[in-house]
Amino acid sequence: MPLLELKNVTKAFGGIIAVKDVSFSVDSGEIIGLIGPNGAGKTTIFNLITGVYKPTEGNIVFDGKDITGASPASIVNAGIARTFQNIRLFNKLSVLENIRTVLYREADYGLGDALLRTPKVTRIEKKLYDKSLEYLEVVGLTDFIKNRADSLPYGLQRKLEIARALALDPKLLLLDEPAAGMNPDECVDLVELIEKIKKTYDLTIILIEHHMDVVMELCPRIVVINFGEMLMEGTTQEVQNDSRVLKAYLGEEYANA
Amino acid sequence: MDYIYGVMAVICIEIIATVGLSVFTGFTGLFSLGHAAFMAIGAYTSAILTYFYHVPFVLALLSGMLMSGLISIILGFPTLRAKLRGDYFAIATLGFGEAMRVILENLSITQGARGLPGIKHYTTLPVAAIFAVVVVWLTKNFILSKFGRNAIAVREDAVAAEMAGIDLFKVRMLSLIYSAMCGGLAGGLFAHYLNFIQPAMFTSVLSTQLTSAVVAGGMGSITGPILAIALFIAVPEVLRVANMWRLVAYGLILVLIMIFRPSGIMGYHELSFEWIGNLFRKKNCNKIADKRRT
Repeated sequence: MPLLELKNVTKAFGGIIAVKDVSFSVDSGEIIGLIGPNGAGKTTIFNLITGVYKPTEGNIVFDGKDITGASPASIVNAGIARTFQNIRLFNKLSVLENIRTVLYREADYGLGDALLRTPKVTRIEKKLYDKSLEYLEVVGLTDFIKNRADSLPYGLQRKLEIARALALDPKLLLLDEPAAGMNPDECVDLVELIEKIKKTYDLTIILIEHHMDVVMELCPRIVVINFGEMLMEGTTQEVQNDSRVLKAYLGEEYANA
Repeated sequence: MDYIYGVMAVICIEIIATVGLSVFTGFTGLFSLGHAAFMAIGAYTSAILTYFYHVPFVLALLSGMLMSGLISIILGFPTLRAKLRGDYFAIATLGFGEAMRVILENLSITQGARGLPGIKHYTTLPVAAIFAVVVVWLTKNFILSKFGRNAIAVREDAVAAEMAGIDLFKVRMLSLIYSAMCGGLAGGLFAHYLNFIQPAMFTSVLSTQLTSAVVAGGMGSITGPILAIALFIAVPEVLRVANMWRLVAYGLILVLIMIFRPSGIMGYHELSFEWIGNLFRKKNCNKIADKRRT
């Protein structure tokens, strides 16, 4: 049984159809690439999966449950976490607090305890502190725990966002252009990191990316979107050699040349 | 001496209201232009209880807090549910504040615009100071707990917070109730300090003073707004000799703070020995850097 399944999902904003009749499924433990030219509707698909938008038509099934139109919070609790194309960190919090914030579901104390700062609160907060450190260690940010999130260089902010998504303890991780703005060295670094977290946390990953070397390296299977529609789905090689994909990216003349 | 004690008592009372509002405006990031209404609710509820029903002071204060909290739910439910954006929410609270004042002017139990004279004098400086210290301590704990972190997360990036499973409505509602209850407590103390209240005391002027203290003190700081409100109350008192010019000074302070410290007196920091230490260290670093340059 697939972990995530999109069945004929359509999203229209008024007269504009951003996503049209998209169907694909992701198996547990898989890592698939979602590619397509700018404005093809890739991020919209992420927004549909995570509940930011409700599909106009179609169904989204996650882990055997229909999550179509569910609230973002309940979808996170079901086990889907994401990162954002334009980094969205809690800027004025420290690196460590960014992680500790999203661990709130494990902070098992009430308002009364919190107000009086009972020993129980201190104990749980310490536990969450240690746990946050573990996540930061995985992405290699332990040297920066006290820095403010927005003081980090761009590449590290991306890593912090990944760590924050991991802290939500997801089964499915949606990465929206994690390599955007990175140089080739940093890309290699990122590929290693994604492989490492996939193994450590037993994740299923959907990756939106424009760096083709990153996609080809990581994803055995790729879904191509163009103008909101599924152009094709196939293995890395099939996609690389498909004339329709070349045409979508480069235009008619170049594809024929 | 009585006069100085009096000013200090008022400062302590207003610190309670400001710190409460700091949770809502500073940490959760929603502007309110109607928090004087919560002070009014607390003041009238507790004053009516002690004056007409001879309820013990502390019990009356608690009732005032509860009443403010309850009414904040009535305000918050429709506005926060609808996810009103910053400025629209501020307008809603402005309307709420004015409406509350008009209601108080027209009820018979509040004796309308004439106000309630002869309230017993329970709030002395030590009482006000103890309440202020307790509220500041509770607020500090609140901010350092998961509830405070969630509030800051919502302020920093509502979308990311929602994608982390944080319920925006619950977080904002909790902050609103907390700040309203602090306002209610401050109002109750205020009524039993002045011995007289009337609706005209709780206009948007007071609301604006509270909000500007939070902004000028630093949105995301507890100590900053405390410094700011103390300054806002003390400076016009000190300048009483300068007659009408003291209100100009009040505006001038606000303008100067916004020019020289755009994110507030304390910014996102707290006043602590560590912070002061860092301040000097920075200066030393600059000196060392200057020496190297020459």
